[in-house]
Amino acid sequence: MSEYKMHILVCGGPGCSASKSEQIAANLRSHLQQEGLEKEVNVVLTGCFGFCEAGPIIKIMPDNVFYVKVQPEDAKEIVQEHIIKGRMVERLLYTEPSNGKKTPLDTDTDFYKKQVRIALRNCGIIDPENIEEYIALDGYKALATCLTEYTPEKVIEIVSASGLSGRGGAGFPTGRKWAATAKSKAEQKYIVCNADEGDPGAFMDRSILEGDPHSVLEAMAIAGYAVGADKGLIYIRAEYPLAIHRLQIALDQARDRGLLGKDIFSTGFNFDIELRYGAGAFVCGEATALIHSMEGLRGEPTMKPPRTSDKGYLGMPTNVNNVETYANVPAIILKGADWFSSIGTENSKGTKVFALAGQIKNVGLIEVPMGITLREIIYEIGGGMNGGKKFKAIQTGGPSGGCLTEKHLDIPIDYKSLSDAGSMMGSGGMVIMDESSCMVSIAKFYLDFTVEESCGKCTPCRIGNKRLYELLDKITQGKGTMEDLDNLRNLSHVIKDTSLCGLGQSSPNPVLSTLDNFWDEYVEHVKEHKCRAGVCKALMKYEINPEVCVGCTACARNCPVNAIKGEKKQAHQINQEACIKCGTCMEKCKFGAISIK
Amino acid sequence: MAKVKLDDNKIQKIKDICAAHGNKAGEAINILHEVQNTFGYLPAEVQELIAEQIHVSAAHIYGIVTFYSFFTMLPKGEHPISVCLGTACYVRGSEKILDEFKRQLGINIGETTPDGKFSINCLRCVGACGLAPVALVGDKVYGRITTDQVKDIIAEYQN
Amino acid sequence: MEQLVNLTIDNKQVQVAKGTTILKAAASIGIKIPTLCYYELKGQGIENKPGCCRVCMVEVEGKGNLAPACATNVSEGMVVKTHSLKVVNARRTVVELMLSDHPASCLTCAKSGKCELQTLAQELGIRDITFKGEQSTYRKDLSPAIIRDVNKCIMCRRCETVCNKLQTVGALSAVNRGFMAVVATAFEQDLAKSPCVMCGQCVQACPVGALAEVDHTRQVINALNDPKKTVVVQTAPAVRVAIGEEFGLTPGTRVTGKMAAALRRIGFDYVFDTDFAADLTIMEEGTEMLGRIDKFLKGDKSVKLPIMTSCCPGWVNFFETYYPDMLDIPSTAKSPMQMFGAVAKSYWVEKLGIKREDMVVVSIMPCVAKKFECQRDEFKTDGNPDVDYSLTTRELAELIKQFNIDFNSLPDEDFDNPLGASTGAGVIFGATGGVIEAATRTAYELFTGKTLEKVDFNELRGMDGVREATVDFNGTPIHIGIAHGLGNARKLLDKVKEGKEFFHAIEVMACPGGCVGGAGQPYHHGDFSKVERRFSAIYEEDKEKPLRKSHENPYIQQLYKEFLGEPCGEKSHHLLHTHYFDKSDKVEFVKE
Repeated sequence: MSEYKMHILVCGGPGCSASKSEQIAANLRSHLQQEGLEKEVNVVLTGCFGFCEAGPIIKIMPDNVFYVKVQPEDAKEIVQEHIIKGRMVERLLYTEPSNGKKTPLDTDTDFYKKQVRIALRNCGIIDPENIEEYIALDGYKALATCLTEYTPEKVIEIVSASGLSGRGGAGFPTGRKWAATAKSKAEQKYIVCNADEGDPGAFMDRSILEGDPHSVLEAMAIAGYAVGADKGLIYIRAEYPLAIHRLQIALDQARDRGLLGKDIFSTGFNFDIELRYGAGAFVCGEATALIHSMEGLRGEPTMKPPRTSDKGYLGMPTNVNNVETYANVPAIILKGADWFSSIGTENSKGTKVFALAGQIKNVGLIEVPMGITLREIIYEIGGGMNGGKKFKAIQTGGPSGGCLTEKHLDIPIDYKSLSDAGSMMGSGGMVIMDESSCMVSIAKFYLDFTVEESCGKCTPCRIGNKRLYELLDKITQGKGTMEDLDNLRNLSHVIKDTSLCGLGQSSPNPVLSTLDNFWDEYVEHVKEHKCRAGVCKALMKYEINPEVCVGCTACARNCPVNAIKGEKKQAHQINQEACIKCGTCMEKCKFGAISIK
Repeated sequence: MAKVKLDDNKIQKIKDICAAHGNKAGEAINILHEVQNTFGYLPAEVQELIAEQIHVSAAHIYGIVTFYSFFTMLPKGEHPISVCLGTACYVRGSEKILDEFKRQLGINIGETTPDGKFSINCLRCVGACGLAPVALVGDKVYGRITTDQVKDIIAEYQN
Repeated sequence: MEQLVNLTIDNKQVQVAKGTTILKAAASIGIKIPTLCYYELKGQGIENKPGCCRVCMVEVEGKGNLAPACATNVSEGMVVKTHSLKVVNARRTVVELMLSDHPASCLTCAKSGKCELQTLAQELGIRDITFKGEQSTYRKDLSPAIIRDVNKCIMCRRCETVCNKLQTVGALSAVNRGFMAVVATAFEQDLAKSPCVMCGQCVQACPVGALAEVDHTRQVINALNDPKKTVVVQTAPAVRVAIGEEFGLTPGTRVTGKMAAALRRIGFDYVFDTDFAADLTIMEEGTEMLGRIDKFLKGDKSVKLPIMTSCCPGWVNFFETYYPDMLDIPSTAKSPMQMFGAVAKSYWVEKLGIKREDMVVVSIMPCVAKKFECQRDEFKTDGNPDVDYSLTTRELAELIKQFNIDFNSLPDEDFDNPLGASTGAGVIFGATGGVIEAATRTAYELFTGKTLEKVDFNELRGMDGVREATVDFNGTPIHIGIAHGLGNARKLLDKVKEGKEFFHAIEVMACPGGCVGGAGQPYHHGDFSKVERRFSAIYEEDKEKPLRKSHENPYIQQLYKEFLGEPCGEKSHHLLHTHYFDKSDKVEFVKE
């Protein structure tokens, strides 16, 4: 990396940016300048490091030391101590919770130790706005190899042999998809990158595009060569302005260097890429809906066949893969199919990126080999449950997935095992829940999302999901019956069997999996009108214990609806009719006199 | 629906945007994005003009605008508030944050305060799950919000 | 050679051509799979196949999910079950879901008894709706001809397809998303303010009551009840070949005499025929056409050709909306219905010695747009319309049923004279190509001064969407264009506009097949062969008429002699001709 002696990598991922990482970078630069070191030490704003919980993170190379929870004010000390005097800033080092030790090397942390980074290989390492840094790490070498050494058939053969499959959720073998598009005869073919990440609680694609945009561009060009397409389109959410910005820079730089455009590497191969913007519709993650959206239409899915590999964008054969799938490709080409297929399980090869979130210590973005267990992810990488609470459920696959429990923690995860367990890989959302989560409410949360995101084209998804939501709502209100539980199940199956696209076909999964794994909790809501997590407002009652209440009036003064009455220094009472169950009184009571019944 | 009359400058600007996209029907979404970026929202008259320029029916454009949640026919507040309701934020209590914003401002999701200062919307995941629950005011991200902080956040923009 | 595919449907072997859908393969061996969103106008290039209602779901062996029969092609060795337990449960649930978001207002619904959803619910034995919940709440939109009751919309997209693909009108589109998704106008504005041309094909296509014609039977009963009023009825040619379907007769059964008898029993004072006015139209339009062609042939460059027919109110609305720069091209002749009204409320009131205000003219039309046409201001005198109410074929059938008339055993009766007499030329107005053929029959004789021996112009007949033919006027070739369906009209008109082709005359009908396929006709539910049989019946009726050229109609001759004077003369001009308006602002934006 050029003539700099040192590099300070500052995480510019969405979480760290929100915690002023740009300010940190600016402060570092200005302190370096004051010390006259700006020519020797380079400050790079990189893509996401993944370890969001500890953010903002900076890393100093070549020392390989990483600092956590850095504040803009810390810049001076870092420059003075670490850069000039060569002493680590102890207080900013990460403390490994498992052993209480300061851990200067990120690779030594529990969070990173078990990860295998292929799709995220450059995220947090390179400046995503500088193509030189990508090239320095063998960027565009895979494309060069393909164009100069391999036939298109050979490229497809390598991708097929690697066992790479679609990382967007369904897990369709990538090589087979490419082969199908290659086989279709047409004057024009297209390569499409699906970057319409819409899963609530997932941001892997965003992180890759913001942290390593060239890996996707390179892979698309390789795909173009393999299937015989000279045009690529990236369908990206308009809600990702930074990713769009970095893609535009990357496209310009790649064109300037002749890595996109006409006659790439003087091989006669032409390939260029355009951006298309999504406009907020989860269903556009579905390939046919995505294509209609790119054509300027409502993003409604259509029946398959015809598959997009036969008739896609503008009626032409189109290969659609998602961001993470593409990001794997250059590494596969360079290191070989055998290397890639050696990672993972019998039926799922390679790695998967997950957005780890919820009631877990280490929230962040991780990339793990297929076959790792959920237990390893939660208790080793994730650092265990937040606040020492008890694990209750893990949700994978977002609105299309399901909730798994303790009994599933030791299964090695891959496409098949997750789907056998009643969930799915999905695009990579992974949410860990403790006992403060009500599983009926979680199912309702996902159905609320589906109802909002259903395109409305087919009956079961348009009306059926709404009815599922209403049934769940009725149960959380304490008005459900046992018959409603039967109806939930029957309706869920019909929606799965009859919906037009993948969205509807999988939308009842959160309901079915919670019915299967948390049946008792449903029954409690129905029969005992009880929500054990204390989430369902209609089923709970705040009460003041007159023995403990000292009559300080704090609760009454803070109650937003004046539902609490009582004389000073006398025990207070809550008017249950007026109470909106906001919980403010309980928060304000210093004596622990208020509890939920 | 309030009729918004378009002045000549606006008409020209919209025509220019359409023309830059070759007045092609297939460019409808890109055009709508650009026009919304320029004017903040997409009132009926703007949609009719775009429809005319790219030779599709107004109903067709309206069908697109009402399909995508990013497009809006109502002007947003000066300080649009977006509360993340992604899963990570949800399990860390973002619904309560949303309720508090609604209560403080006296408006519902999708509405704008009468003084035009604030509007509330939900969004799903901004990728700052480590900071959950998260809300945005304009482009500024507020992380690890508690219900108590909502009042202070609003106060920052009150003047 | 056509590739064949073998498959098994409900344990029966079947062999069909590759590319056939399961739905059609099943139909070929008599297995009916219920459908709802599927709608085909066979031969007209229209197929609504969004595969979205999920009613026609079937089980295909080896596939996890159910497959929509309408949109799934057969494959070799496929094993299909159309009514398995899984299928029936799913189908029932899906229909229940639809009903759960559908107002249960069947008692007063315009489509009651003809509603495809109602029939399905009955067939599936649905007595209760398991899943109750929120229902859509859209306002009702009442235009002069069409009611939109969007709460009843089931998102089958049939109306959207006919409005955009068949008619290229673009008044309707799917709007909103998810549970709120419906088909509606831009900005959910009134249909009357949208570019809608009131052709009503959406009404014909809509399987439920979301789109229906405005009912005028109540007003007609009131008029009949009013002793001060003389109520005159006129019936359009296409009604007589279709109304029998409402009484269980085969499509294409001609019931002209029974219809006249029924109208008389309902209590109309005079039962007249729009066919009479069609003959009158030929006199006016034919004369206008000849005048223009004559001038043209003599080298007058100012003359506007082609002359276009103007009988069809949907078509008139269409060119007023989309071709405002061509308003001087269509014939200025009013439609037969309006000519009839004008004559009835001048000539006939004079004969009867009554006041114009005391006559009520009712028209029975295969059409929805006629309801709009008769309410146009230019067809009123001091606020009194020439035609008071226009009923559709369906509304007349309802009236007949209300009056407990056993239609099928009625005797054949004649229309009243003088406004009930017509020639075969008037009859064929009911089919695409018929108006221009009728005009040709008369124009030929007037132009050449010779008697036309061969009355049938087969070159002008047919069901192709756009047709062109050249008729030899004794050595002078007259080039004629014909279109039915407004999308086809647009194609033809664009060619003319761009100067790609030259026509002397063009006939356009808004509905596929012409008036026989009109939006006011009995619902064909996507079985377009019904329209084709009505089409054939029109020409049979023509063939049996003793007189087949309009100018030979003795009552027409009498009318000119006694009252009108000359075709296109001063009185005719005043009574029988109109002018057109630029309505393009309906598709334009508001400018400051």
